[in-house]
Amino acid sequence: MRTLRRKSPTTVVVAALAALSLAACGEAGSGGDGGGGDTEVEVAENAAEDFDEGTRMRELAEAGNITIGVKYDQPGIGFKGATDDIPVGFDPEMGKILAGSLGIAVDDITWKETISDNREPFLQSGEVDLVIASYSINDERRAVVGQAGPYYVTGQQLLVPTDSDISTLEDIKGTEVCSVTGSTSLENIEAEGGKARGFDTYSECVDQVLGGTVDAMTTDGAILLGYAAEHPDELKVVVEPFSEERYGVGYSKDFPEMCEWISSTIEQSYEDGSWEEAFKATLGQSGVDTPEQPELDPCQ
Amino acid sequence: MQYVLDNLDLVLKAFWVTIQLLVLSALASLALGTLLGAMRVGPVAVLRRFAALYVTIVRNTPLLVVFIFIFNAALDVRWLTQVPFLVKGVIALSIYTAAFVCEAVRSGINSVPVGQAEASRAIGMTFAGSMRHVVLPQSFRAVVPPLASVFIALAKNTSVAAVFGLTEATGRMRGFTNDQADDRTAIFVAFALGYIVIVEVISAGAFGLERRWKVAR
Repeated sequence: MRTLRRKSPTTVVVAALAALSLAACGEAGSGGDGGGGDTEVEVAENAAEDFDEGTRMRELAEAGNITIGVKYDQPGIGFKGATDDIPVGFDPEMGKILAGSLGIAVDDITWKETISDNREPFLQSGEVDLVIASYSINDERRAVVGQAGPYYVTGQQLLVPTDSDISTLEDIKGTEVCSVTGSTSLENIEAEGGKARGFDTYSECVDQVLGGTVDAMTTDGAILLGYAAEHPDELKVVVEPFSEERYGVGYSKDFPEMCEWISSTIEQSYEDGSWEEAFKATLGQSGVDTPEQPELDPCQ
Repeated sequence: MQYVLDNLDLVLKAFWVTIQLLVLSALASLALGTLLGAMRVGPVAVLRRFAALYVTIVRNTPLLVVFIFIFNAALDVRWLTQVPFLVKGVIALSIYTAAFVCEAVRSGINSVPVGQAEASRAIGMTFAGSMRHVVLPQSFRAVVPPLASVFIALAKNTSVAAVFGLTEATGRMRGFTNDQADDRTAIFVAFALGYIVIVEVISAGAFGLERRWKVAR
């Protein structure tokens, strides 16, 4: 049900039925490519009245649009193909849920690509209202921006060719392991004694593994599973997760009131099943079970 | 800034990769570029055209595209798969920089009065001999300032390698800024200083050579 705003009860029912039948038609065509399904997200009615005057949420709800920064190159998490209109993945799904609670329909969300380096600057300058871009919570980031959550906890693993000898974390000593330049995953590999090879995007890194120029690729397990699913004969994911990444929602420190709203909306999505639905439609497509719902950090 | 100082070993290691890329590429592109420059002014039409074509193609290709060719496209046809990353980086940078070196060298050769070449040929020198003993030594003098600019550009161009598997200064900087979101400016300034030092060394070297080779004309 996309947009239900200020209509008489009968129109609402008719519109709801129409939306349902449309949704049913849409279901067959959605999902599949890029590992990201498109779920229908509930959009709150008259949402602006739920928030106090003067809060950022009220402003956004009244403006009727929101800008959300997501990744465009992580299948399952946040991915936008060259011909896609909007990004798909778990992060954009969370964005839709948050926007929905402000009464903002999917069509009124402006998606913006954020790479690892510009997430804080974009929040600080107001370029984006929220960052939901596999944004691990850490203290250094919390010093400059707000981070609510986590809404998902994952860990770093290795993606290797199916005939690779690498089976434990110790095996990567002296091997070449690629990931995205400047990522935390790459630093963890260096700490484990591997040789770090940074690339611009995950897909370039996968190409290097497939081409045999590096021995393994590393990043959060969820992303690796997506690539392993794309090349089941050539690639496999090995070793238990050896780090903990807690994905949070970034917001500007200028609007500390957003934390409570983000946390309660995530909490609500845990309860009404929309979180699970979002996971199954995106990361769940690679065959992983829906994980436990992570406990949220309290807002300061 | 404290974070940079605490991890100074990583910073220095990264700048060492940058310097390796710079020095090896500078030597390789100087050799290739001088050869191309000689071809462009040489008497063999085929070589002259080839050198002109090389310059036209390579100089009009963005460096990033050259890198993509060497690191990604070559992979698809199974070329260079066993070549170490550093060597591949040097190959990409040298291919690109050689075109600019060629043009700098050519401008230097053109600055030598044509009578010099004619005189050397008149006393029976071959083309190679007259180039080696008469024209090139004089042209190097004129070539130093533009060549210094080319190598300064090369020093900064090495940063493209950051996204092609080489943890040089820029790659390391991105790791730092990702980790220490609250200390971005200081990290940025620290790495910028590193590049400034490298560029200043090149400038000073060029200035020294200019003074040494200076003659009254």
